[in-house]
Amino acid sequence: MPAPEQHRLIFRHIDEAGYTPALDCYVRNGGYEVLRKALQRKPEELVEEVKKSGLRGRGGAGFSCGLKWSLVDRKSGKPIYLVVNADESEPGTFKDRYIMHQDPHQLIEGIMITCFANKVERAFIYIRGEFPDGAKILEKAIAEARAAGFAGPNVLGSGYGCEVYVHRGAGAYICGEETGLIESLEGKRPYPRIKPPYFPAVLGLYQCPTIVNNVETLCHVKHIADMGGEAYAKIGTPNNTGTRILCVSGHVQRPGYFEFEVGKVTMGQLLNEVCGGPLPGRTFKAVIPGGSSAKVLRFGERYKGKRKVGADMVEYDWGVEDIPMDFDCLAMIGSMGGSGGVIVMDDSVSMVEALGNINAFYSHESCGQCTPCREGSIWMKKITARMVHGAARPEDGALLKSVADQIAGRTICAFGEACAWPTQSFIAKFGDEFRAYAQAKAAPRPANAPELV
Amino acid sequence: MTNLKPETLSRIDEVITHYPQRRSASLPLLHLVQEDQGYISAEAIEWIAAKLGLQPINIYELVTFYPMFRQKPVGRRHIKVCRTLSCAIMGGYRTCAEFQKQFGTGLGEVSPGGDVTVEFVECLASCGTAPVVMVDDELHEKVDTAMARQICDRIKAEGAAAH
Repeated sequence: MPAPEQHRLIFRHIDEAGYTPALDCYVRNGGYEVLRKALQRKPEELVEEVKKSGLRGRGGAGFSCGLKWSLVDRKSGKPIYLVVNADESEPGTFKDRYIMHQDPHQLIEGIMITCFANKVERAFIYIRGEFPDGAKILEKAIAEARAAGFAGPNVLGSGYGCEVYVHRGAGAYICGEETGLIESLEGKRPYPRIKPPYFPAVLGLYQCPTIVNNVETLCHVKHIADMGGEAYAKIGTPNNTGTRILCVSGHVQRPGYFEFEVGKVTMGQLLNEVCGGPLPGRTFKAVIPGGSSAKVLRFGERYKGKRKVGADMVEYDWGVEDIPMDFDCLAMIGSMGGSGGVIVMDDSVSMVEALGNINAFYSHESCGQCTPCREGSIWMKKITARMVHGAARPEDGALLKSVADQIAGRTICAFGEACAWPTQSFIAKFGDEFRAYAQAKAAPRPANAPELV
Repeated sequence: MTNLKPETLSRIDEVITHYPQRRSASLPLLHLVQEDQGYISAEAIEWIAAKLGLQPINIYELVTFYPMFRQKPVGRRHIKVCRTLSCAIMGGYRTCAEFQKQFGTGLGEVSPGGDVTVEFVECLASCGTAPVVMVDDELHEKVDTAMARQICDRIKAEGAAAH
């Protein structure tokens, strides 16, 4: 079956000739009209639209956005904050970069609608430190929007006011974790907070109720306010509504970003048709479907089970190529849609070395607060590095797995799982390669095989 | 700290107003001071702490945690090569080795002559155009060894022109 057409809602103007990040360009394309109309409605109605839309967060966890908003403590009398998670730090993910650099006002309009709906009067965009230009573009866009009355005091004469500020991170992956991000925004080391009691909706920034939403999620809010929650829910598939931006990197002919209705494109259509298939003379070996923390999938393996389609339970028997790219299907087969970052590896890649690369990332990024993660991530890195640069033993795979198994579930935040899942899944799917790595190392490497560790 | 530029000082005073609590301005102040001075000195740590009504340790612990802050100067240009998976499988290690070779320098050192510091950094969120490199604030995409050499030539020419 041929791949469906892209459905560009959020990325409608990305890479469009002549489209600029300037306010006049955005307004010329109908910008801020949705905000103007939203301000004439009751905030509660807008929250209701988002609930009806079925929107799930695009940052990684896929949590219901409407539910997140409805958990906010509105009776505390304390101010409510919106924090925009623009940390985009999950390896393999590069969608928010283009929104912020090319269409910043779409994000600001989404922020202002979200703030009005939730009675927020101060919002912070926490942007990763490695996007210095993005921060400047956003600051300029906020100043333009403020001067034109789309942000700041008395938005469009409505009497409602909200200030938006840009806050730059400084190179730490853990700041993408929402409570770590909040600590960082308070000027501290980004050590994630323990939940309970520190659910951001109740005890977030400055111990006040706080909503933390991803950049792409907030852009979807704009479109939901525009078309209504019910109409939005018709896009995509049940429980996986709307569109989603998939970022493909690694060994395909045409890597890049593609926006599809959620669940309407399969992994095979995405990689073979949209991205042009493997590089010449190569075959696909493995794919990580939702950012580097997601469990790896091996080409050639089958996934079988039963799933709900409409009211019926239907059997499925899928290869990697058949998997629909949505939250539920990827969870069902034991991985996750995560942040939408699809990393493709062909047969030139050694899985031991790829895991060594990933382990080096997580050991560098562990915040060090919880012992299992701090120590475990370092040992996983040391073992894989020793396998690559020193002596590799047949039992190293089992040793790696035993370390990983002692991290997941024993940490304050989800980083414990994020750093354990790659090791667990690489060993489960490519155990033979780990056992035979010493022999593989002695053999000639495939032409142009990259160094990874 | 008497040697901060007047513009930096006014930006510092402005950014503090963004937050209901002054401590939140720690990272912005560190960025502004580092942009102004090139690195975060012990004096800068004390100055920022005093400015925000904090103890020096509250700032020092940030400088030692966040990878982007540094306590020593870097070369005239700071070359940051992405090391993470998508860039590595597209040849990021070769790219990084080329930069080191061109300037005869190890990772994280100031090159002889002071032109550059070459560093490996983690994911820069531009995986679709791997391998990627940042030279100071500017992003370079699809940097193979040939393109790395072009970047090096440009940096060397700038350095020669400055002398």
